[in-house]
Amino acid sequence: MAQPAAVSTPTTAVEVPTISVRQTLPWLAFFGLVALIAMYFVGAEQGATHLISGAGVHEWVHDGRHLLGFPCH
Amino acid sequence: MLSARQLLVYGLIAGFVAGLLAFGVARTVGEPSVNAAIAVEEGAPSTTHSHTSSPAAPHDHGDEDELFSRGTQSTWGLLTATQVFGTALGGLAGLMSALAMGRMGRLRSEVTTAVTVAVGFVAAYAVPFAKYPPNPPAVGDPDTIAERTTTFFGFIALSVVVAVAAVYLATYLSRRHGGFVGVAAGSAAYGVVMLVAARLMPTYHEVPHDFPATTLYDFRFASFATQLTLWAGIAVVLGLLLVRATRTARTSVAPRELQPA
Repeated sequence: MAQPAAVSTPTTAVEVPTISVRQTLPWLAFFGLVALIAMYFVGAEQGATHLISGAGVHEWVHDGRHLLGFPCH
Repeated sequence: MLSARQLLVYGLIAGFVAGLLAFGVARTVGEPSVNAAIAVEEGAPSTTHSHTSSPAAPHDHGDEDELFSRGTQSTWGLLTATQVFGTALGGLAGLMSALAMGRMGRLRSEVTTAVTVAVGFVAAYAVPFAKYPPNPPAVGDPDTIAERTTTFFGFIALSVVVAVAAVYLATYLSRRHGGFVGVAAGSAAYGVVMLVAARLMPTYHEVPHDFPATTLYDFRFASFATQLTLWAGIAVVLGLLLVRATRTARTSVAPRELQPA
């Protein structure tokens, strides 16, 4: 901080951090899979396809499925 | 200082909180239209459905089985849906922000997050909403559910891929020609591709002729409001967590950074 005070503006202090892609991709791959499965159960299970027989999942999330905008029957 | 793991945790927190807000909107704004639509379905035999005029057997709902009461569906069932969907979406928003952070020009991390979530909302919800608007109960032909599900998710996937490409284009052009040209060109490219795709992909008109237009509008409005609340909530909570984290990181790291290398 030997420079004149008038020159040092706060914008120079803002460094924009980056997070390495190599570090992020495994998280994205794993969590992305988990998230897609979770969203599938809310949005589409026991609609066009089903992994669990019956209508329990469909009926339980019925209102949420409609209001979140998924095609529902 | 920030890590992918930390952004995932922040995203999950933001998604859970935003899910609660979305539940509030869906419960208060959305449920009246859902109930109105179910009343229409039970009151009159609809034209697209089977013509069994027995009001006791509205055939494509669970009402006939009464697996869960309407009271349960509209509270605990709805809450489950918003929390599971919201938390999953929040986590994805956190990780996508981790990738975008520091790579969108000089935008600060919380602004990058807001842009990422806004692009996600447009690409994954708003544009698909315009092409395949959601329908309340009693609307929708069960015979086409498989086809509609495929085209719906296909359209979302296409929209997200095109949006990611458009963001790359926008950041690339921003470096050479400035932010305005970059964002305008990226938006225009996305818009043109999606308009063509929307023209080419099949459309479904399955609203029964006698279905009240106001109920349909109210439902679609509520659906849009629910999703907007969810995405906006994620952007705000995630942004606040990031502002807090970068502030504490900056104050704790600053003394070390000031030392001569």
